[in-house]
Amino acid sequence: MTPEAATAGGETVQLDARGLNCPMPIVRTAQTIKTLAPGQLLEVLATDPGSVADFAAWSRSTGNEIVTSGVQDGVYRFVLRRK
Amino acid sequence: MTTPTTVDKPPVESSVDDMLGVLESAAGEAPTERLETRPAAETSGEAAVKQLVIVNWSGEFDRVLPTLIMSSAAAASGYRTKVFLTFWGLLPFVKDSRRITGENWMQKMLSFMQRPGISHLKMSKMNFLGMGPWMIGKLSKRYNVASPNELLEACQALGVDFLPCQMTMEMFGLKPEDMIDGLSEPVGAATVLELMTQPNTGSLFI
Repeated sequence: MTPEAATAGGETVQLDARGLNCPMPIVRTAQTIKTLAPGQLLEVLATDPGSVADFAAWSRSTGNEIVTSGVQDGVYRFVLRRK
Repeated sequence: MTTPTTVDKPPVESSVDDMLGVLESAAGEAPTERLETRPAAETSGEAAVKQLVIVNWSGEFDRVLPTLIMSSAAAASGYRTKVFLTFWGLLPFVKDSRRITGENWMQKMLSFMQRPGISHLKMSKMNFLGMGPWMIGKLSKRYNVASPNELLEACQALGVDFLPCQMTMEMFGLKPEDMIDGLSEPVGAATVLELMTQPNTGSLFI
């Protein structure tokens, strides 16, 4: 019963932003999320520690929701839902 | 004898007050009535759209990079983003392949001394005949910091609007065909001022 499982329509798209530094994780995210359908999920992996604050700000600015976020072994994972 | 000065005085005083009012509100203190009653700009229909306006004055690596980082991040975050390219800040937006630009010897000499193009940025300090940029380039690569070229490409893909300064184009003898593709038509200070003073707009001079 993860929030992702509750989504209707469209598979989760992956974006590997590991190794990229500011501002490229959100730049690539913005470019990728445009290709999704509204409501579709985007899973982003990043290693930039600044991305925690940046994805939160990006989500507030753009209105694309952060469904889940977490960190494991230095890799940040954000699941975003396209507005 | 004093009559002309007393007649002139009130407008002078009020214009100083106006300037102070603008300065105060720019510092984020005590918003004046003037700002609240300002006529709606062209964005009135979509007042919620946030804007970032950057005056890119410098052609140096350590200033152009933050300009490109801020503008790509802003465009990625849904801000309408405009970058005014003025003075030295216009030169990085000349095509890399152009070596000598301009029509007269002074313009040509300037382009000889300050090589235009996004791939030829120097540092504002610690240039040391190219040693500084070389080390920064190495460090950027090691720590995966995006290059000015990559960031410029991202900016253009995200729809950042680059506005060349008309006066600078003329002073440096630059023609539209000298510039990289995708720039807007050259504009002047009044256009930038209008953009900067629209609602929900942040502006930077870099």
